[in-house]
Amino acid sequence: MLDHWHDGYSGMSTILKIDNLRVEYRRRELGQPINVAVNGINLAVETGEVFGFLGPNGAGKTTTMNVLLGFVNPTSGSCALFGVDTRQPIARQRIGFLPELTYYYKFLSAEEILRFYAKIFRIPAGEVESRISEVLKLVELDNVRKRPIKSYSKGMQQRVGLAQALINKPDLLILDEPTSGLDPVGRMKVREIIQRLKEEGKTVFFSSHELGEVETVCDRVGIMCAGQLKEQGAVADLRQRYQCDLERVFLKVIGYQPAHG
Amino acid sequence: MNNALAISTIVIKELSRRKDFYVLFIMTAIITLLMGSVNFFNLQGISKYLKEICLLLIWISSLAIALATTARQIPAERENRTIFPLLAKPVTRWEVVVGKFLGCWFACGLALGLFYLFFGALALTREGQFQLGGVFQAWWLHWSMLAIVVAMTLLGSVVFAAPSSNVTIVFLGVASILLLGRYLHKIAVSMTEPGQTLLSICYFAMPHLEFFDVRDTLIHEWSVPWWACGVASLYACCYTLFFLVATWVVFRRQALN
Repeated sequence: MLDHWHDGYSGMSTILKIDNLRVEYRRRELGQPINVAVNGINLAVETGEVFGFLGPNGAGKTTTMNVLLGFVNPTSGSCALFGVDTRQPIARQRIGFLPELTYYYKFLSAEEILRFYAKIFRIPAGEVESRISEVLKLVELDNVRKRPIKSYSKGMQQRVGLAQALINKPDLLILDEPTSGLDPVGRMKVREIIQRLKEEGKTVFFSSHELGEVETVCDRVGIMCAGQLKEQGAVADLRQRYQCDLERVFLKVIGYQPAHG
Repeated sequence: MNNALAISTIVIKELSRRKDFYVLFIMTAIITLLMGSVNFFNLQGISKYLKEICLLLIWISSLAIALATTARQIPAERENRTIFPLLAKPVTRWEVVVGKFLGCWFACGLALGLFYLFFGALALTREGQFQLGGVFQAWWLHWSMLAIVVAMTLLGSVVFAAPSSNVTIVFLGVASILLLGRYLHKIAVSMTEPGQTLLSICYFAMPHLEFFDVRDTLIHEWSVPWWACGVASLYACCYTLFFLVATWVVFRRQALN
């Protein structure tokens, strides 16, 4: 059930599939119109791809990610991970998720929080310690593993986030603005980790406002605006089609008109 | 169950690293021990009064611990947004509810066990004997009652907006049941319809927490039949399950963002 499934056209295996997804939020005030956060998007991400999910604030990226992670139920349409509907918890067995900001139990140390998540993923007891050491070395936190998370800098907390997202050796990583609020060194480190994961053949689905970073690491991108997926394709193809860099492609797709020229 | 137990260990770890839990615990322990060591006016039989005061103190403290620890569990997860990385794992909301319940209930049981140990120590110093069976029964029934209170507070935490309002409402509810619960049907008899029917429904529907209050039997060294303890435990199980399912029904439909 959890195996990759084939789309029947290209022969590639699809890890993440969104079909005609629509998400509506009812407002609390009576008589107010329904807010359509996502309006009929279709998307498929293949094995081993790094997919950049772009869009201005309020475009519906986070809502789409929330549906993928089972936090929000779709109003209509469907989302599936590894062929399993995202409403089922088992769909999240082989994914790693890094939220935009670090939301972890601050009273725990990095080691304790990883042990907790390892227990959730039912990683065999004999493997837990080696797996924790492996991911802490990868994110360069091995020497501070026993310190409580509240004493970490923001960059270190973000790397704890990456470590917890990797503890189950996920096949798909969902990263919500992984470099948001980090200094240049922190950004570089996160980017290097994503690059390394890409080389290992992991599939990465991430949202970001850093278009330079997206251009460097992504194979394909999707650009959302006002709840709709306005454009998607390989980075090189989009650049060629629009005859400009990704930043200008993005501005053109969302219909931004610069004040001067 | 694996996930629920993992979540419960996090709850216990959090409580063990918080100061307010220890402050309340140490205060109760000191007061209990001080009262045990003081002999008022050299009165004979004063130990019964001391035991009563100690047990009252234990009841109030255990309720305070149960309410204060449980009321902020789910709201804190949502406020600190730790619920997001947790639910992004293969964890269901039912497991979150059960995990939170188990963590709070185990922590309450541990604190309660220590309180009753102090009580036993007091009885031993004042009377030279320790009623092991009676103290165990009192602890077990008290802990069973706290299961209902913890589950009730969890339900309140997904219904009411602020933990403080949840604590106040649940505390008033529990205090009312403990003080007035046993008299409701008698009051109902003296009322006219439809008040009589409404009050009778309340009487039969509400959890009778006073069933678990065996302070008098402990003070006067009577005993509760073990079968009665078993029935009371079953009664507590039913109400706890009811409140946990109600919590899950409300929580599973709540949007997290």
